[in-house]
Amino acid sequence: MSKNDIKVALIGNPNTGKTSLFNQLTGLNQKVGNYPGVTVDKKLGVSKLSSTQNAIITDLPGTYSINPTSIDESIVLKTLLKKDIKESPDVILVVADVENLKRNLLLFSQIKDLEIPTVLAINMVDQMNRKGITIDLSLLKKELNTEVVLISARKNEGIKDVKAAIIRCHVAAKASPLCGINNQIDPDYFTKLKEISPNYSLYELWLMVTQNNYPETVTKEEKEKLLAFKKDVSKLKKYQHKETIYRYQEINKILKKTYIVDKSKAKDLRGNLDRVFTHKIFGYVFFVFLLLAIFQSIFDWATLPMDLIDGTFAEISDFAKSNLPAGVLTDLLSEGIIPGIGGVLIFIPQIAILFLFIAILEETGYMSRVVFLMDKIMRRFGMNGKSVIPLISGTACAIPAIMATRTIASWKERLITILVTPFTTCSARLPVYAILISLIIPDIKIFGFLNLQGLVLLSLYALGFATAIIAAYILHKTLKIKTKSFFVVEMPNYKLPSVKNVFFEVVEKTKSFVLEAGKIILALSVILWFLASNGPASFDNVEKNTIENTANQNFSEKELQQKIASIKLENSYIGILGKTIEPVIRPLGYDWKIGIALITSLAAREVFVGTLSTIYSVASGDENTATIKQKMASEINPDTGKKRFNFPVGMSLMVFYAFAMQCMATLAIVKRETKTWKWPLIQLFGMGLLAYIASFITYQILS
Amino acid sequence: MNTIASLHKGEIGYISEESLDFIPLKLLEMGCLPGAEVELVQIAPLKDPLYICVNGSHLAIRKETALQIQILKSEILHV
Ligand SMILES: Nc1nc2c(ncn2[C@@H]2O[C@H](COP(=O)(O)OP(=O)(O)O)[C@@H](O)[C@H]2O)c(=O)[nH]1
Ligand SMILES: [Mg+2]
Repeated sequence: MSKNDIKVALIGNPNTGKTSLFNQLTGLNQKVGNYPGVTVDKKLGVSKLSSTQNAIITDLPGTYSINPTSIDESIVLKTLLKKDIKESPDVILVVADVENLKRNLLLFSQIKDLEIPTVLAINMVDQMNRKGITIDLSLLKKELNTEVVLISARKNEGIKDVKAAIIRCHVAAKASPLCGINNQIDPDYFTKLKEISPNYSLYELWLMVTQNNYPETVTKEEKEKLLAFKKDVSKLKKYQHKETIYRYQEINKILKKTYIVDKSKAKDLRGNLDRVFTHKIFGYVFFVFLLLAIFQSIFDWATLPMDLIDGTFAEISDFAKSNLPAGVLTDLLSEGIIPGIGGVLIFIPQIAILFLFIAILEETGYMSRVVFLMDKIMRRFGMNGKSVIPLISGTACAIPAIMATRTIASWKERLITILVTPFTTCSARLPVYAILISLIIPDIKIFGFLNLQGLVLLSLYALGFATAIIAAYILHKTLKIKTKSFFVVEMPNYKLPSVKNVFFEVVEKTKSFVLEAGKIILALSVILWFLASNGPASFDNVEKNTIENTANQNFSEKELQQKIASIKLENSYIGILGKTIEPVIRPLGYDWKIGIALITSLAAREVFVGTLSTIYSVASGDENTATIKQKMASEINPDTGKKRFNFPVGMSLMVFYAFAMQCMATLAIVKRETKTWKWPLIQLFGMGLLAYIASFITYQILS
Repeated sequence: MNTIASLHKGEIGYISEESLDFIPLKLLEMGCLPGAEVELVQIAPLKDPLYICVNGSHLAIRKETALQIQILKSEILHV
């Protein structure tokens, strides 16, 4: 990035093709950043405008106006009000949908009044013929007093014109307001407002008053004067209404001269498809079958790549161990870092496949119909139709799911969604369930075709969803948060998904998981490795003592190494920790070894399996489930003389994993999204308590 | 008084000038303007939300919002 680069911000209504245009302008040249102070991802990319000129393009969240109603939208306001001078754009590229130009021009008119150089890109012109739309481009340019280009982001048409227009607009650097709001509404009031400072446009000052957001450069005196204008709230509201009406009047005048729709030509699939997808019976049936099909494919498609990743990392780890000089660093690498990275990457297939489906559903416009179908139901539980998307995403990983709640405008509904999402069965729980089910549930078919093991797994998913819903209901009734709940969802036209958009969306979501969860999982893996491979003073003698004690037992070299590893773990810090918590977890049917696995699960739940395999001294070389399973199956509970992993213990463990908040990475994200430690701590202890009580009851009843 | 919520599926009404103060700013910005023609396109299976089309925007709004927006069942002339 050089000083000469033009900073361009892409702004427009949702679904107008901002992201498509962004992808066309920047190609693979993009990265995700973060806005200072706020928690919404910022997508940046470099675009080559001409042989000598580059532009830094930012893709902003979609919004219908500068006045925000959700965190997503407030980004646009903050960018335009130059909250941070360094970040403020030189040129605004407004993307509008040709089919709904009137509404799209409202936002354009607001931006224009900020007197920032603006280019208007009218997108989806490939649809003009079919919809019977004609535009008088040169007249429109004159009326709007700005650069206007017709493009089709999907067909890659008009992109060159956009680039040229950005350069021209930047060079001219002149900008004038479109709708003078002052003399239309209350001339006296707005003249006084303008007198506060010559450094800002009238509309900027008006936004400072109505939105309580200020540019970095505003002085204390100016701020005080502005505050005086805020006193009469009902007047502000009234003027905002008047302003909007006035803007639409101006837009109507312009469009009357420049934009013609031949209604007889306009026909689309919308009506017919809506009748099917929002049908009172078929709508729900279709949605349920769609979900089942999606989950089925995730299981089918993800197994192979996951096994591949698992195997590869085991090999890399072994390779490092046998080829690097023995020592602490090699151990750190082969036992801490490499398995840690593997433990992050193993989730990618499931997460990527689920987000592939979600991206397709959003691209086609179907997701808005789901929101429409589900809103009333979700509202009974204190959530929102939009909560469906996070709850589905949660079956892959709670982290991107919690980030997906940002579009929910009501804080209470959003908070409840964030708090209950971790109950949904995420992919890290799956390996735990899988091994426990294979241990305690017989592999038989009931009624001749239903696989009992599969049925138990399905019930665990149902348990997760049901708990999420019930928890939401309780929170809904107990949380005393007063927020304006306002709900409006646009129902976009049905479209075929664009491969490029879907691809970028999947990459971005997966990346956010790898970066957000990855660093925490990795760090914890290293810490846990340290705790497991070190211990108090006597720890160092374990190896020598074991060799001496077993000298006459004729152990093979491999058996001896396994024995040492196991005894080492028992005497390590983590082993001591496990033994310390044993009295607490004994009523749930667990011993200190399971206790260790519960602690190490804090990195990610699936670490449970790996930890037990070390404790039961399975050689790490052939770490396949069969051997871990055999070891677990033959583990004896010394108190009873019977199997450790019997039915009550297995069930109690699964219940524990279904409810407990064991994922540090999720807690960190909840902290970031709610901006306080209060909510993650409530999750940690609330879910922990629930897990404890439920497992206690399960174990006591079954045994 | 007629509101958007009292329309039948497929029926058309016109937003009344009096309801200007009761229309949330956001809806106004999305094209729900006094005088505009509004069609009730669909009603969700549980009678809420409502799916309307106004000024070319297809929107789902909750019944509580729809109840605040008064309509006339026949067009009034604007000057
Ligand atoms: N027909 C057509 N569809 C487009 C065009 N540009 C984008 N789309 C589609 O419009 C939808 C919304 O696009 P997207 O880029 O995600 O919009 P955003 O919400 O503004 O970022 C997607 O389904 C795109 O495939 C275009 O030029 N023509
Ligand atoms: Mg987008």
